[in-house]
Amino acid sequence: MALIGPSGCGKTTTLRMINRLIEPTSGRLEVNGRDVINESLTELRRGIGYVIQQGGLFPHRTVAQNIATVPRTLGWDKSRVADRVAELAELVGLELTMLDRYPDELSGGQQQRIGVARALAADPPVLLMDEPFGAVDPIVRSRLQDELLALQQQLHKTIVFVTHDLEEALKLGDRIALLNVGGILEQYSTPDELLRSPANTFVEQFVGEDRGMKRLALKSVAELPFETGPVIPDTASSSEAVATAEAQGVEWIGLICDDRFGGWVRVADLANGSVPADAERFPPAAQVTPDSTLRNAMELIMTSRTSVAVINDGGHFGGVVSLDAIRRSLVSEPDL
Amino acid sequence: MTPVAQATNPIIRWEWIIDEWDQIREALVQHLELTVLSVALGVVVAAVLSAVALRFRFMVSPITGFTGFLYTIPSVALFGLLVPYFGLSRLTAVLPLAAYTLLILVTNTVAGFNAVPESVRDAAKGMGLTPVRRVVEVELPLALPYIIAGLRIAVVSTAGLVTVAAIIGQGGLGALILDGLQRTFWTPMTIGASLSILLALVLDGAIYALGRWATPWTRRAKAS
Repeated sequence: MALIGPSGCGKTTTLRMINRLIEPTSGRLEVNGRDVINESLTELRRGIGYVIQQGGLFPHRTVAQNIATVPRTLGWDKSRVADRVAELAELVGLELTMLDRYPDELSGGQQQRIGVARALAADPPVLLMDEPFGAVDPIVRSRLQDELLALQQQLHKTIVFVTHDLEEALKLGDRIALLNVGGILEQYSTPDELLRSPANTFVEQFVGEDRGMKRLALKSVAELPFETGPVIPDTASSSEAVATAEAQGVEWIGLICDDRFGGWVRVADLANGSVPADAERFPPAAQVTPDSTLRNAMELIMTSRTSVAVINDGGHFGGVVSLDAIRRSLVSEPDL
Repeated sequence: MTPVAQATNPIIRWEWIIDEWDQIREALVQHLELTVLSVALGVVVAAVLSAVALRFRFMVSPITGFTGFLYTIPSVALFGLLVPYFGLSRLTAVLPLAAYTLLILVTNTVAGFNAVPESVRDAAKGMGLTPVRRVVEVELPLALPYIIAGLRIAVVSTAGLVTVAAIIGQGGLGALILDGLQRTFWTPMTIGASLSILLALVLDGAIYALGRWATPWTRRAKAS
Protein backbone atom coordinates (compact mmCIF):
# COMPACT_ATOMS: atom_id res chain seq x y z
CA MET A 1 0.00 0.00 0.00
CA ALA A 2 1.33 3.43 -0.82
CA LEU A 3 0.66 6.51 1.29
CA ILE A 4 0.91 9.69 -0.72
CA GLY A 5 -0.01 13.33 -0.38
CA PRO A 6 1.42 16.85 -0.19
CA SER A 7 3.78 17.93 2.60
CA GLY A 8 2.04 18.18 5.93
CA CYS A 9 -0.64 15.65 5.05
CA GLY A 10 0.50 13.28 7.76
CA LYS A 11 1.65 10.38 5.62
CA THR A 12 4.84 9.93 7.61
CA THR A 13 2.94 10.47 10.86
CA THR A 14 0.53 7.73 9.85
CA LEU A 15 3.41 5.39 9.11
CA ARG A 16 5.18 6.18 12.37
CA MET A 17 2.05 5.50 14.36
CA ILE A 18 2.08 1.92 13.13
CA ASN A 19 5.29 1.16 15.00
CA ARG A 20 4.45 3.75 17.61
CA LEU A 21 7.34 6.09 17.00
CA ILE A 22 4.47 8.53 17.33
CA GLU A 23 1.74 7.60 19.78
CA PRO A 24 -1.79 7.88 18.42
CA THR A 25 -3.92 10.15 20.60
CA SER A 26 -7.09 8.27 19.85
CA GLY A 27 -8.45 5.46 17.74
CA ARG A 28 -7.32 1.91 17.25
CA LEU A 29 -4.38 0.67 15.31
CA GLU A 30 -4.18 -3.01 14.59
CA VAL A 31 -1.30 -5.03 13.22
CA ASN A 32 -2.21 -8.62 12.49
CA GLY A 33 -5.48 -8.11 14.30
CA ARG A 34 -3.73 -7.12 17.53
CA ASP A 35 -4.09 -3.65 18.96
CA VAL A 36 -0.56 -2.21 18.90
CA ILE A 37 -1.22 -0.11 21.99
CA ASN A 38 -1.26 -3.26 24.10
CA GLU A 39 2.07 -4.52 22.82
CA SER A 40 5.50 -3.95 24.24
CA LEU A 41 7.22 -1.23 22.22
CA THR A 42 10.37 -3.18 21.51
CA GLU A 43 8.52 -6.41 20.70
CA LEU A 44 6.19 -4.57 18.34
CA ARG A 45 9.03 -2.81 16.53
CA ARG A 46 11.14 -5.93 16.17
CA GLY A 47 8.21 -7.52 14.37
CA ILE A 48 7.90 -4.68 11.89
CA GLY A 49 10.61 -3.93 9.34
CA TYR A 50 11.47 -0.23 9.13
CA VAL A 51 13.22 1.47 6.21
CA ILE A 52 13.82 5.21 6.05
CA GLN A 53 15.44 7.61 3.63
CA GLN A 54 19.12 6.82 3.10
CA GLY A 55 18.49 3.69 5.13
CA GLY A 56 19.31 5.29 8.48
CA LEU A 57 22.22 2.88 8.57
CA PHE A 58 24.56 2.79 11.54
CA PRO A 59 27.76 4.37 10.22
CA HIS A 60 29.87 2.72 12.92
CA ARG A 61 28.72 -0.77 12.06
CA THR A 62 29.80 -2.81 9.06
CA VAL A 63 27.20 -3.74 6.47
CA ALA A 64 26.92 -7.25 7.94
CA GLN A 65 26.50 -5.86 11.46
CA ASN A 66 23.85 -3.45 10.24
CA ILE A 67 21.84 -6.22 8.64
CA ALA A 68 22.25 -8.36 11.77
CA THR A 69 20.84 -5.70 14.11
CA VAL A 70 17.42 -7.19 14.83
CA PRO A 71 18.47 -10.88 14.76
CA ARG A 72 21.18 -10.02 17.29
CA THR A 73 18.74 -8.29 19.62
CA LEU A 74 16.49 -11.32 19.30
CA GLY A 75 19.40 -13.42 20.54
CA TRP A 76 20.01 -15.59 17.50
CA ASP A 77 23.24 -17.56 17.65
CA LYS A 78 26.19 -16.42 15.57
CA SER A 79 26.06 -18.98 12.80
CA ARG A 80 22.34 -18.44 12.27
CA VAL A 81 22.89 -14.67 12.06
CA ALA A 82 25.77 -15.12 9.60
CA ASP A 83 23.68 -17.42 7.41
CA ARG A 84 20.79 -15.00 7.41
CA VAL A 85 23.04 -12.05 6.54
CA ALA A 86 24.50 -13.92 3.57
CA GLU A 87 21.03 -14.95 2.45
CA LEU A 88 19.73 -11.37 2.61
CA ALA A 89 22.79 -9.97 0.86
CA GLU A 90 22.03 -12.27 -2.04
CA LEU A 91 18.35 -11.44 -1.95
CA VAL A 92 18.89 -7.70 -2.30
CA GLY A 93 21.83 -8.05 -4.67
CA LEU A 94 24.77 -7.09 -2.48
CA GLU A 95 28.15 -8.62 -3.13
CA LEU A 96 29.51 -10.59 -0.18
CA THR A 97 32.71 -8.54 -0.27
CA MET A 98 30.68 -5.49 0.76
CA LEU A 99 29.60 -7.06 4.02
CA ASP A 100 32.78 -6.12 5.86
CA ARG A 101 32.73 -2.52 4.73
CA TYR A 102 31.15 0.48 6.38
CA PRO A 103 28.01 2.10 4.95
CA ASP A 104 29.80 5.36 4.12
CA GLU A 105 32.06 3.46 1.74
CA LEU A 106 29.10 2.47 -0.41
CA SER A 107 26.90 4.29 -2.90
CA GLY A 108 23.43 5.59 -2.09
CA GLY A 109 21.76 2.78 -4.00
CA GLN A 110 23.76 0.16 -2.17
CA GLN A 111 23.00 1.78 1.17
CA GLN A 112 19.33 1.63 0.33
CA ARG A 113 19.58 -2.08 -0.44
CA ILE A 114 21.28 -2.62 2.90
CA GLY A 115 18.43 -0.72 4.57
CA VAL A 116 15.92 -3.09 2.98
CA ALA A 117 18.00 -6.14 3.90
CA ARG A 118 18.25 -4.93 7.49
CA ALA A 119 14.49 -4.43 7.70
CA LEU A 120 13.88 -7.93 6.35
CA ALA A 121 16.44 -9.59 8.63
CA ALA A 122 14.07 -11.18 11.13
CA ASP A 123 11.51 -11.89 8.39
CA PRO A 124 8.81 -9.54 9.72
CA PRO A 125 5.38 -9.85 8.09
CA VAL A 126 5.03 -6.07 7.89
CA LEU A 127 7.44 -3.58 6.35
CA LEU A 128 7.23 0.18 6.80
CA MET A 129 9.08 2.26 4.24
CA ASP A 130 9.33 6.02 4.63
CA GLU A 131 10.42 7.59 1.33
CA PRO A 132 13.17 5.00 1.10
CA PHE A 133 14.25 5.98 -2.40
CA GLY A 134 13.97 9.73 -1.92
CA ALA A 135 17.69 10.45 -1.83
CA VAL A 136 18.97 8.50 -4.80
CA ASP A 137 19.15 9.64 -8.40
CA PRO A 138 16.26 8.79 -10.75
CA ILE A 139 18.01 5.96 -12.57
CA VAL A 140 18.98 4.19 -9.36
CA ARG A 141 15.54 4.91 -7.91
CA SER A 142 13.82 3.27 -10.82
CA ARG A 143 16.06 0.22 -10.49
CA LEU A 144 15.44 -0.01 -6.75
CA GLN A 145 11.70 0.20 -7.40
CA ASP A 146 11.92 -2.68 -9.87
CA GLU A 147 13.95 -4.67 -7.36
CA LEU A 148 11.41 -4.02 -4.65
CA LEU A 149 8.61 -5.22 -6.91
CA ALA A 150 10.56 -8.37 -7.75
CA LEU A 151 11.32 -8.90 -4.06
CA GLN A 152 7.68 -8.53 -3.17
CA GLN A 153 6.80 -11.20 -5.75
CA GLN A 154 8.87 -13.62 -3.70
CA LEU A 155 8.14 -12.42 -0.19
CA HIS A 156 4.51 -11.27 -0.15
CA LYS A 157 4.94 -8.85 2.75
CA THR A 158 2.48 -6.26 3.86
CA ILE A 159 4.33 -3.10 2.87
CA VAL A 160 3.28 0.40 3.81
CA PHE A 161 5.21 2.78 1.59
CA VAL A 162 5.29 6.54 2.08
CA THR A 163 6.19 8.67 -0.92
CA HIS A 164 5.51 12.11 -2.34
CA ASP A 165 6.16 10.89 -5.85
CA LEU A 166 2.94 9.96 -7.67
CA GLU A 167 4.76 7.91 -10.29
CA GLU A 168 6.36 5.87 -7.53
CA ALA A 169 3.04 5.31 -5.76
CA LEU A 170 1.37 4.26 -9.02
CA LYS A 171 4.20 1.92 -9.87
CA LEU A 172 4.60 0.25 -6.48
CA GLY A 173 1.22 0.44 -4.81
CA ASP A 174 -1.45 -2.25 -5.05
CA ARG A 175 -3.57 0.32 -3.30
CA ILE A 176 -2.95 4.01 -2.81
CA ALA A 177 -4.12 6.15 0.08
CA LEU A 178 -4.10 9.79 -0.97
CA LEU A 179 -3.98 12.12 2.04
CA ASN A 180 -4.62 15.84 2.16
CA VAL A 181 -3.15 18.40 4.54
CA GLY A 182 -4.46 17.75 8.01
CA GLY A 183 -4.52 14.00 7.56
CA ILE A 184 -7.75 13.87 5.55
CA LEU A 185 -8.05 10.67 3.53
CA GLU A 186 -9.21 11.83 0.11
CA GLN A 187 -9.21 8.52 -1.68
CA TYR A 188 -8.19 4.95 -1.01
CA SER A 189 -8.23 2.79 -4.11
CA THR A 190 -6.20 0.91 -6.67
CA PRO A 191 -3.87 3.02 -8.80
CA ASP A 192 -6.06 2.48 -11.85
CA GLU A 193 -9.20 3.53 -10.04
CA LEU A 194 -7.45 6.59 -8.60
CA LEU A 195 -6.62 7.75 -12.12
CA ARG A 196 -9.85 6.59 -13.74
CA SER A 197 -12.31 8.01 -11.24
CA PRO A 198 -10.83 10.60 -8.87
CA ALA A 199 -13.09 10.99 -5.84
CA ASN A 200 -13.03 14.80 -5.90
CA THR A 201 -11.31 17.83 -7.40
CA PHE A 202 -8.38 17.56 -5.00
CA VAL A 203 -7.61 14.06 -6.21
CA GLU A 204 -8.13 15.16 -9.79
CA GLN A 205 -5.64 17.99 -9.41
CA PHE A 206 -3.19 15.83 -7.52
CA VAL A 207 -3.05 13.12 -10.18
CA GLY A 208 -2.78 15.71 -12.92
CA GLU A 209 -4.39 16.37 -16.27
CA ASP A 210 -2.62 13.53 -18.01
CA ARG A 211 -4.15 10.85 -15.86
CA GLY A 212 -5.25 8.89 -18.93
CA MET A 213 -1.65 8.77 -20.06
CA LYS A 214 -0.52 7.76 -16.57
CA ARG A 215 -2.96 4.86 -16.64
CA LEU A 216 -1.20 3.54 -19.72
CA ALA A 217 1.82 2.90 -17.55
CA LEU A 218 -0.25 0.67 -15.28
CA LYS A 219 -1.58 -1.61 -18.00
CA SER A 220 0.31 -4.26 -19.88
CA VAL A 221 0.03 -5.33 -23.49
CA ALA A 222 -1.22 -8.75 -22.35
CA GLU A 223 -4.40 -7.12 -21.03
CA LEU A 224 -5.49 -6.11 -24.53
CA PRO A 225 -7.75 -8.38 -26.58
CA PHE A 226 -5.84 -10.39 -29.19
CA GLU A 227 -5.54 -8.67 -32.53
CA THR A 228 -3.65 -9.97 -35.55
CA GLY A 229 -3.58 -6.69 -37.43
CA PRO A 230 -2.43 -6.33 -41.05
CA VAL A 231 -0.47 -9.54 -40.98
CA ILE A 232 -0.48 -12.47 -43.41
CA PRO A 233 1.47 -15.72 -43.75
CA ASP A 234 4.53 -15.28 -45.97
CA THR A 235 3.07 -17.95 -48.27
CA ALA A 236 0.18 -15.64 -49.20
CA SER A 237 -0.17 -14.23 -52.72
CA SER A 238 0.26 -10.55 -53.50
CA SER A 239 -3.45 -10.07 -54.16
CA GLU A 240 -4.27 -11.45 -50.71
CA ALA A 241 -1.71 -9.08 -49.24
CA VAL A 242 -3.10 -6.05 -51.05
CA ALA A 243 -6.66 -7.01 -50.05
CA THR A 244 -5.69 -7.30 -46.36
CA ALA A 245 -3.88 -3.98 -46.46
CA GLU A 246 -6.85 -2.25 -48.06
CA ALA A 247 -9.25 -3.79 -45.55
CA GLN A 248 -7.16 -2.44 -42.69
CA GLY A 249 -6.40 0.82 -44.42
CA VAL A 250 -2.61 0.52 -44.09
CA GLU A 251 0.37 0.83 -46.43
CA TRP A 252 2.45 -1.81 -44.72
CA ILE A 253 1.80 -5.47 -44.25
CA GLY A 254 3.45 -7.93 -41.87
CA LEU A 255 4.61 -11.39 -42.80
CA ILE A 256 4.48 -14.43 -40.56
CA CYS A 257 6.78 -17.33 -41.17
CA ASP A 258 6.63 -20.35 -38.88
CA ASP A 259 4.79 -18.53 -36.11
CA ARG A 260 7.39 -15.79 -36.09
CA PHE A 261 7.13 -12.25 -37.34
CA GLY A 262 9.14 -12.05 -40.53
CA GLY A 263 9.16 -8.30 -41.08
CA TRP A 264 7.14 -5.61 -42.80
CA VAL A 265 6.80 -5.15 -46.54
CA ARG A 266 5.51 -2.10 -48.39
CA VAL A 267 2.19 -2.63 -50.11
CA ALA A 268 3.47 -0.42 -52.95
CA ASP A 269 6.22 -2.96 -53.59
CA LEU A 270 3.56 -5.60 -54.24
CA ALA A 271 1.64 -3.57 -56.85
CA ASN A 272 3.49 -5.25 -59.73
CA GLY A 273 2.20 -8.61 -58.57
CA SER A 274 5.42 -9.89 -56.99
CA VAL A 275 5.11 -12.47 -54.21
CA PRO A 276 5.16 -10.93 -50.70
CA ALA A 277 7.89 -13.36 -49.65
CA ASP A 278 10.23 -11.87 -52.28
CA ALA A 279 9.58 -8.23 -51.43
CA GLU A 280 12.04 -6.12 -49.48
CA ARG A 281 11.46 -6.70 -45.75
CA PHE A 282 11.88 -4.18 -42.98
CA PRO A 283 12.47 -5.38 -39.41
CA PRO A 284 9.81 -4.30 -36.91
CA ALA A 285 10.76 -0.95 -35.40
CA ALA A 286 7.93 -1.14 -32.87
CA GLN A 287 8.24 -4.39 -30.98
CA VAL A 288 6.86 -5.10 -27.52
CA THR A 289 6.45 -8.08 -25.20
CA PRO A 290 3.25 -9.09 -23.40
CA ASP A 291 4.77 -7.53 -20.22
CA SER A 292 5.40 -4.15 -21.82
CA THR A 293 3.26 -1.30 -20.58
CA LEU A 294 0.76 0.30 -22.92
CA ARG A 295 2.64 3.54 -22.43
CA ASN A 296 5.74 1.91 -23.78
CA ALA A 297 3.80 0.38 -26.68
CA MET A 298 2.27 3.73 -27.53
CA GLU A 299 5.62 5.47 -27.43
CA LEU A 300 6.98 2.91 -29.90
CA ILE A 301 4.01 3.15 -32.23
CA MET A 302 4.12 6.93 -32.27
CA THR A 303 7.76 6.93 -33.28
CA SER A 304 7.62 4.20 -35.93
CA ARG A 305 6.41 4.18 -39.52
CA THR A 306 3.96 1.34 -38.99
CA SER A 307 0.84 2.15 -37.03
CA VAL A 308 0.98 -0.95 -34.85
CA ALA A 309 3.53 -2.57 -32.55
CA VAL A 310 4.33 -6.25 -32.97
CA ILE A 311 4.04 -8.41 -29.87
CA ASN A 312 7.01 -10.69 -29.46
CA ASP A 313 5.86 -13.43 -27.10
CA GLY A 314 9.04 -15.30 -26.34
CA GLY A 315 10.05 -15.40 -30.00
CA HIS A 316 6.53 -16.18 -31.24
CA PHE A 317 4.20 -13.77 -32.94
CA GLY A 318 1.66 -12.71 -30.32
CA GLY A 319 -0.49 -10.34 -32.33
CA VAL A 320 -0.17 -6.58 -32.64
CA VAL A 321 -1.01 -3.55 -30.57
CA SER A 322 -2.77 -0.71 -32.35
CA LEU A 323 -3.33 2.82 -31.11
CA ASP A 324 -7.04 2.19 -31.39
CA ALA A 325 -6.80 -0.84 -29.10
CA ILE A 326 -4.88 1.25 -26.55
CA ARG A 327 -7.50 3.99 -26.72
CA ARG A 328 -10.32 1.49 -26.30
CA SER A 329 -8.61 -0.02 -23.22
CA LEU A 330 -8.84 3.36 -21.52
CA VAL A 331 -12.52 3.98 -22.27
CA SER A 332 -13.91 0.48 -22.02
CA GLU A 333 -13.76 0.44 -18.24
CA PRO A 334 -16.88 -0.88 -16.52
CA ASP A 335 -18.33 2.44 -15.35
CA LEU A 336 -18.38 3.97 -18.81
CA MET B 1 84.24 20.54 36.17
CA THR B 2 85.91 23.75 35.07
CA PRO B 3 85.51 26.99 37.02
CA VAL B 4 84.13 28.66 33.92
CA ALA B 5 81.27 26.19 33.67
CA GLN B 6 80.43 26.69 37.35
CA ALA B 7 80.41 30.45 37.11
CA THR B 8 77.85 30.53 34.31
CA ASN B 9 74.31 29.23 34.72
CA PRO B 10 73.64 27.03 31.68
CA ILE B 11 70.13 26.09 30.56
CA ILE B 12 70.94 22.51 31.29
CA ARG B 13 73.63 20.78 33.29
CA TRP B 14 73.81 17.11 32.33
CA GLU B 15 75.67 15.96 35.50
CA TRP B 16 72.74 17.15 37.57
CA ILE B 17 70.35 14.96 35.62
CA ILE B 18 72.49 11.92 36.26
CA ASP B 19 72.91 12.76 39.94
CA GLU B 20 69.24 13.52 40.53
CA TRP B 21 67.90 10.81 38.23
CA ASP B 22 65.79 9.17 40.95
CA GLN B 23 64.25 12.50 41.93
CA ILE B 24 63.37 13.28 38.33
CA ARG B 25 61.84 9.89 37.83
CA GLU B 26 59.81 10.19 40.99
CA ALA B 27 58.55 13.64 39.94
CA LEU B 28 57.59 12.31 36.52
CA VAL B 29 55.63 9.40 38.02
CA GLN B 30 53.87 11.74 40.47
CA HIS B 31 53.05 14.07 37.61
CA LEU B 32 51.61 11.24 35.57
CA GLU B 33 49.58 9.98 38.54
CA LEU B 34 48.14 13.41 39.28
CA THR B 35 47.25 13.96 35.63
CA VAL B 36 45.60 10.57 35.20
CA LEU B 37 43.74 10.79 38.53
CA SER B 38 42.45 14.28 37.79
CA VAL B 39 41.29 13.44 34.27
CA ALA B 40 39.79 10.15 35.42
CA LEU B 41 37.79 11.88 38.14
CA GLY B 42 36.82 14.55 35.61
CA VAL B 43 35.61 11.92 33.15
CA VAL B 44 33.45 10.24 35.78
CA VAL B 45 31.85 13.49 36.92
CA ALA B 46 31.50 14.76 33.32
CA ALA B 47 29.79 11.50 32.35
CA VAL B 48 27.20 11.98 35.08
CA LEU B 49 26.70 15.68 34.23
CA SER B 50 26.45 14.92 30.50
CA ALA B 51 23.94 12.17 31.11
CA VAL B 52 21.80 14.55 33.16
CA ALA B 53 22.10 17.27 30.51
CA LEU B 54 21.19 14.89 27.70
CA ARG B 55 18.31 13.33 29.59
CA PHE B 56 16.89 16.64 30.78
CA ARG B 57 17.60 19.09 28.01
CA PHE B 58 16.74 22.14 30.10
CA MET B 59 19.78 21.25 32.25
CA VAL B 60 22.26 21.85 29.43
CA SER B 61 22.63 25.58 30.08
CA PRO B 62 22.85 25.38 33.90
CA ILE B 63 25.41 22.58 33.69
CA THR B 64 27.65 24.19 31.07
CA GLY B 65 27.26 27.47 32.94
CA PHE B 66 28.38 25.88 36.18
CA THR B 67 31.35 24.05 34.62
CA GLY B 68 32.29 27.28 32.86
CA PHE B 69 32.22 29.07 36.20
CA LEU B 70 34.48 26.43 37.76
CA TYR B 71 36.91 26.95 34.91
CA THR B 72 37.24 30.64 35.67
CA ILE B 73 38.40 30.15 39.27
CA PRO B 74 42.19 30.56 39.54
CA SER B 75 43.78 27.28 40.56
CA VAL B 76 45.78 28.81 43.40
CA ALA B 77 42.58 30.22 44.89
CA LEU B 78 40.84 26.89 44.58
CA PHE B 79 43.74 25.11 46.31
CA GLY B 80 43.55 27.67 49.07
CA LEU B 81 39.82 27.08 49.42
CA LEU B 82 40.24 23.32 49.77
CA VAL B 83 43.29 23.19 52.06
CA PRO B 84 41.20 23.84 55.23
CA TYR B 85 39.07 20.80 54.38
CA PHE B 86 41.49 18.31 52.90
CA GLY B 87 44.87 19.67 54.01
CA LEU B 88 47.93 19.56 51.79
CA SER B 89 46.74 16.28 50.33
CA ARG B 90 46.61 14.77 46.91
CA LEU B 91 42.82 15.25 46.99
CA THR B 92 43.27 19.01 47.34
CA ALA B 93 45.33 18.95 44.17
CA VAL B 94 43.15 16.58 42.20
CA LEU B 95 39.76 18.19 42.89
CA PRO B 96 40.46 21.55 41.19
CA LEU B 97 42.29 19.90 38.33
CA ALA B 98 39.37 17.56 37.75
CA ALA B 99 36.97 20.50 37.96
CA TYR B 100 38.85 22.28 35.15
CA THR B 101 38.34 19.33 32.80
CA LEU B 102 34.55 19.38 33.20
CA LEU B 103 33.80 22.27 30.87
CA ILE B 104 35.54 20.77 27.86
CA LEU B 105 34.46 17.20 28.58
CA VAL B 106 30.78 18.00 29.13
CA THR B 107 30.59 20.39 26.17
CA ASN B 108 32.15 17.87 23.81
CA THR B 109 30.09 14.95 25.07
CA VAL B 110 26.84 16.85 24.64
CA ALA B 111 27.95 18.04 21.21
CA GLY B 112 28.86 14.47 20.30
CA PHE B 113 25.46 13.11 21.19
CA ASN B 114 23.77 16.00 19.43
CA ALA B 115 25.71 15.15 16.30
CA VAL B 116 24.20 11.67 16.06
CA PRO B 117 22.11 11.84 12.86
CA GLU B 118 18.38 11.92 13.51
CA SER B 119 17.84 9.23 10.88
CA VAL B 120 20.16 6.88 12.75
CA ARG B 121 18.41 7.54 16.05
CA ASP B 122 15.07 7.00 14.36
CA ALA B 123 16.17 3.75 12.74
CA ALA B 124 17.52 2.42 16.03
CA LYS B 125 14.24 3.19 17.73
CA GLY B 126 12.16 1.85 14.86
CA MET B 127 14.00 -1.45 14.92
CA GLY B 128 13.05 -2.03 18.51
CA LEU B 129 16.39 -1.42 20.25
CA THR B 130 15.86 -0.79 23.94
CA PRO B 131 16.77 2.69 25.24
CA VAL B 132 19.90 1.33 26.93
CA ARG B 133 21.06 -0.44 23.78
CA ARG B 134 20.33 2.66 21.72
CA VAL B 135 22.68 4.71 23.91
CA VAL B 136 25.39 2.10 24.39
CA GLU B 137 25.44 0.53 20.94
CA VAL B 138 24.50 3.42 18.69
CA GLU B 139 24.70 6.89 20.19
CA LEU B 140 27.81 6.51 22.34
CA PRO B 141 30.00 5.07 19.57
CA LEU B 142 28.87 7.82 17.20
CA ALA B 143 29.58 10.51 19.83
CA LEU B 144 33.00 9.00 20.51
CA PRO B 145 35.03 11.13 18.08
CA TYR B 146 33.80 14.27 19.87
CA ILE B 147 34.36 12.77 23.31
CA ILE B 148 37.89 11.71 22.34
CA ALA B 149 38.63 15.19 21.04
CA GLY B 150 37.49 16.66 24.37
CA LEU B 151 39.54 14.14 26.30
CA ARG B 152 42.68 15.07 24.39
CA ILE B 153 42.30 18.75 25.23
CA ALA B 154 41.52 17.91 28.85
CA VAL B 155 44.61 15.71 29.20
CA VAL B 156 46.96 18.20 27.58
CA SER B 157 45.75 21.11 29.68
CA THR B 158 45.76 19.05 32.86
CA ALA B 159 49.30 17.79 32.25
CA GLY B 160 50.38 21.43 32.15
CA LEU B 161 48.28 22.52 35.11
CA VAL B 162 49.52 19.72 37.37
CA THR B 163 52.79 21.67 37.81
CA VAL B 164 50.83 24.05 40.05
CA ALA B 165 50.13 21.18 42.47
CA ALA B 166 53.74 21.55 43.61
CA ILE B 167 52.82 24.63 45.62
CA ILE B 168 50.75 22.47 47.94
CA GLY B 169 53.56 19.94 48.16
CA GLN B 170 52.18 17.31 45.86
CA GLY B 171 55.42 16.95 43.96
CA GLY B 172 55.34 16.26 40.27
CA LEU B 173 57.43 18.05 37.69
CA GLY B 174 56.20 21.32 39.17
CA ALA B 175 58.38 20.61 42.20
CA LEU B 176 61.44 20.58 39.96
CA ILE B 177 60.43 23.86 38.40
CA LEU B 178 59.78 25.41 41.81
CA ASP B 179 63.14 24.12 43.05
CA GLY B 180 64.90 25.67 40.09
CA LEU B 181 63.08 28.98 40.56
CA GLN B 182 63.98 29.21 44.24
CA ARG B 183 67.64 28.45 43.60
CA THR B 184 67.84 30.36 40.32
CA PHE B 185 69.20 27.12 38.91
CA TRP B 186 67.94 26.52 35.40
CA THR B 187 68.49 22.82 35.02
CA PRO B 188 65.56 21.53 37.16
CA MET B 189 63.30 24.11 35.58
CA THR B 190 64.28 23.08 32.09
CA ILE B 191 63.90 19.40 32.92
CA GLY B 192 60.57 19.94 34.68
CA ALA B 193 59.08 22.02 31.90
CA SER B 194 60.40 19.79 29.10
CA LEU B 195 59.17 16.62 30.68
CA SER B 196 55.80 18.20 31.39
CA ILE B 197 55.45 19.13 27.72
CA LEU B 198 56.69 15.73 26.62
CA LEU B 199 54.25 13.97 28.94
CA ALA B 200 51.36 16.02 27.57
CA LEU B 201 52.35 15.14 24.01
CA VAL B 202 52.75 11.44 24.78
CA LEU B 203 49.39 11.23 26.57
CA ASP B 204 47.74 13.15 23.75
CA GLY B 205 49.22 10.76 21.21
CA ALA B 206 48.13 7.76 23.26
CA ILE B 207 44.51 8.95 23.41
CA TYR B 208 44.58 9.83 19.72
CA ALA B 209 45.74 6.29 18.91
CA LEU B 210 43.13 4.84 21.24
CA GLY B 211 40.46 6.92 19.54
CA ARG B 212 41.48 5.75 16.11
CA TRP B 213 41.42 2.17 17.26
CA ALA B 214 37.96 2.62 18.79
CA THR B 215 36.41 4.34 15.76
CA PRO B 216 37.59 2.37 12.75
CA TRP B 217 34.69 3.57 10.59
CA THR B 218 35.96 7.16 10.59
CA ARG B 219 39.15 6.14 8.79
CA ARG B 220 37.61 4.57 5.72
CA ALA B 221 37.45 6.71 2.61
CA LYS B 222 34.05 7.44 1.16
CA ALA B 223 33.35 5.45 -1.95
CA SER B 224 33.12 7.48 -5.11
